[in-house]
Amino acid sequence: MLEVAVREVFELMLSCQLTASEGLSDGPLNMTSMVGLAGQLCGVMSIRCSREAAGLMASKMLGVEVSKVGPELCDGFGEICNMVAGNFKNKIAGLSDGCMLSVPTVITGNDYSLTPIADMAAIEVRLRFERMPIAVSLQVHS
Amino acid sequence: MDGISALIVDDFSVMRKIVERSLRQSGIELNKVFEAGNGAEGLAVLEESRVELILCDINMPVMDGLEFLRALSGLANAKGTPVVMITTEGSEAHVVEALSLGARGYIRKPFTPDQVKEHVLPLLGVKA
Repeated sequence: MLEVAVREVFELMLSCQLTASEGLSDGPLNMTSMVGLAGQLCGVMSIRCSREAAGLMASKMLGVEVSKVGPELCDGFGEICNMVAGNFKNKIAGLSDGCMLSVPTVITGNDYSLTPIADMAAIEVRLRFERMPIAVSLQVHS
Repeated sequence: MDGISALIVDDFSVMRKIVERSLRQSGIELNKVFEAGNGAEGLAVLEESRVELILCDINMPVMDGLEFLRALSGLANAKGTPVVMITTEGSEAHVVEALSLGARGYIRKPFTPDQVKEHVLPLLGVKA
């Protein structure tokens, strides 16, 4: 369900088909967008990718050259995570009404780790966006 | 169809640009596009200007989309202007509430220009 939600957002908003992750080595994932979920489902949805990938996402959303993407890069990347989280929760029966989303947060940097204090294992989907790795994770707290 | 003026209300600047682009891709000629980052800014625009179409998110700071809809009824410049909600909020309750407050359409994100076309063109008196 998470993978379906991710693929739909990229296909509909970026006109891009995500591909499988196997067979290619991962590059740096130095940008992270996160959205909190609260209510019937509590947790954190995050998307990690390279700055290059995030810039390409923003350029496709805006319909401009990558070089022309400025401060909208974080805005666009945050909105992608917002839409994935929203699309995911709208696919789960009953969750649409009972689960709220936080404002997205975008983190940039080369040396950090994210540790949500959640008590259940994360669901992670690894895919390729224009051959660049992206990792979408949903960490749920019971 | 002659060009129209539109107000796009969303707290993400990128989404406002995407909505504008989707309107143009759906064949709607836009003479003037006003942008607002929340419902209060949207009301401020409408106090000064009249538009033919309003597209609005629900979850926004300061004043959300549902509060904005409630406040529109008191604005002379908004009389008769169709409002379409474009939002990640997909619950039945939100849809019902928005429509009961006067929204004429509801588009869930993610969306395609074709979906924008289907919802918006009939409100402008044009067949989709």
